[in-house]
Amino acid sequence: MPDVTPRAAPRPHGAPDGEPEPEPGPSRQASRTRRRGRDGFGSPGPGELVLRYALLVLVLLLLISPFLWQLSTSLKSLNEDIYTGTPSFLPEQPTLDNYAQVAETIPVWSYAVNSLIVAAIVVLGNAAGATLAGYALARLRFRGAKLLLVGFLATLVLPGEVTIISQYITVRGLGLADTLLGVALPGAIGMLNVLLMRTAFQAIPQETDEAAVIDGATPWQRLIHIGLPNVRGMLSVITIFAFIGAWDDFLWPLIVLNDPENFTLTVGLQYLNGTFTNNPRLPAAGTMISFIPIVILFASLQRFFFRGVEEGAIKG
Amino acid sequence: MAPAALWLLVFNVWPSINTIVLAFTNSRPLGGGRFTGLDNFARVLSDAQLADALLNSIVFMLVCLPLLTILPLLLAILVEKKIPGIAFFRTAFYTPVVASAVVVALIWSWALNDRGLVNGFAQWLGVIAEPIPFLTERWLLVFSAISLTVWKGLGYYMIIYLSALGNVRRELHEAAAVDGAGPVRRFRSVTIPGVRNTMLLVSVMVAVSALRVFSELFILSNGTGGPGGRAQSVVMLIQMYSRGFYGHFGYASALSIVLFVITVGPMLLLLRLNRKAA
Repeated sequence: MPDVTPRAAPRPHGAPDGEPEPEPGPSRQASRTRRRGRDGFGSPGPGELVLRYALLVLVLLLLISPFLWQLSTSLKSLNEDIYTGTPSFLPEQPTLDNYAQVAETIPVWSYAVNSLIVAAIVVLGNAAGATLAGYALARLRFRGAKLLLVGFLATLVLPGEVTIISQYITVRGLGLADTLLGVALPGAIGMLNVLLMRTAFQAIPQETDEAAVIDGATPWQRLIHIGLPNVRGMLSVITIFAFIGAWDDFLWPLIVLNDPENFTLTVGLQYLNGTFTNNPRLPAAGTMISFIPIVILFASLQRFFFRGVEEGAIKG
Repeated sequence: MAPAALWLLVFNVWPSINTIVLAFTNSRPLGGGRFTGLDNFARVLSDAQLADALLNSIVFMLVCLPLLTILPLLLAILVEKKIPGIAFFRTAFYTPVVASAVVVALIWSWALNDRGLVNGFAQWLGVIAEPIPFLTERWLLVFSAISLTVWKGLGYYMIIYLSALGNVRRELHEAAAVDGAGPVRRFRSVTIPGVRNTMLLVSVMVAVSALRVFSELFILSNGTGGPGGRAQSVVMLIQMYSRGFYGHFGYASALSIVLFVITVGPMLLLLRLNRKAA
């Protein structure tokens, strides 16, 4: 990623400036911002550092342990009592039986493939569609541009749920009810993503573009050689979120899909839960099949995500 | 440009128009489609389930608002400073956001059901004799969904605060420090005003998403909406009328318009705040 990030905000990191150690409580947090300088660790005293890490670990446990707990349940064998008041956190004899059994109960792997297909269509559609439209809105003059921009903006005040019924009727009219394409299509170009890409393209200095125009560059050349290299941060955030959004989505595929053969993972999991609740190990294994891939994906791409955040990709 | 314009028309403009048109008909998944005037809206006014759903949404919103406006700010302050390992903590705190609401709600329902971890542990401790019906009593269901929503939302709003904290001007802190303001004073007089717009933004976002809640309540109640369907949300009602024997596109569209009316104010405010922030 280039260091040309016009919207990058300066972040105050702590560093020593000879201030005395702060008092406990919220003051500790406030005082942190007053220190200035380079990179900033080593600035807090050992006491503050310990307290910070203690709090971080506490929150970590609070936010992560339910997932670990579910993972543990999914690995426990049928012989192990999971209903006692004090179940053990680690499985006594870890087994993958539940994963095999969940696949016998519902076609969980083909559900995962279905989710993947939908997510792939949505990611590709947004990467191409939102980029092109964002670029056109930011940098090209054409008739109706203003009207389109107003249209895109207007969709922002419309929660997706409001039009979901009509959207379903539209998809049904296209003959795509109960198909994966029908699930993927409406989200394949996100209106918000178009606007985000437009903002990113607008942040490129106009002069760079004008210089290229004088040199006789076509719009396509300008998009590829000037535009794209400068919006990689935003593009990566958009595609990461497009994938996560499609993979996690529940309401829309629940409405579109009918045949259990075609379910995506989230709809399949709710189906599993509704039908076979007598053994919690199975839904546990099912949820892990949905959860683990997305977490690995996010963890491996988090650098791009957090860099995009610093560039202003996330405002809400 | 053309594809995006097409998408705008086919999947946004047309469905919006169609929603309004359908709301005046008795269109159903199979057949129907006769113009019925204001019948659907008359039904809206006397729909006890909708009244329940709106009350649930208001409670949902009122509880989520303070929690999700303040806790993520404190969390952002905790992870703002780049101490070793902070990238790991930031990513880990974001994990519940990345997970599907379905996954999280299934974990919750396993923990909260009659024989689940929470009841099991409380009974083992002897605090309670009978299991608490978290998932089978209306308000307990709503509060379970709220706790899930807060837990899942912490990381999301934390990130928004994090990028806002980056913009709080360091010089202000320094000037205040030189003037002898203590840390508490500066937190109140520098940090809070610096992120005040973001707090407003976040609280509006929380309000809107509380009105749009679906998956959490749907999964926790196993699709039933609780006893007598009284723990439903407006979106759950829309989904309920979207298909099957009881399907009624016309009435679902009228409910969609109700949803639009209650969310449009906050959504407009959100748009304004966002443009101000940009």
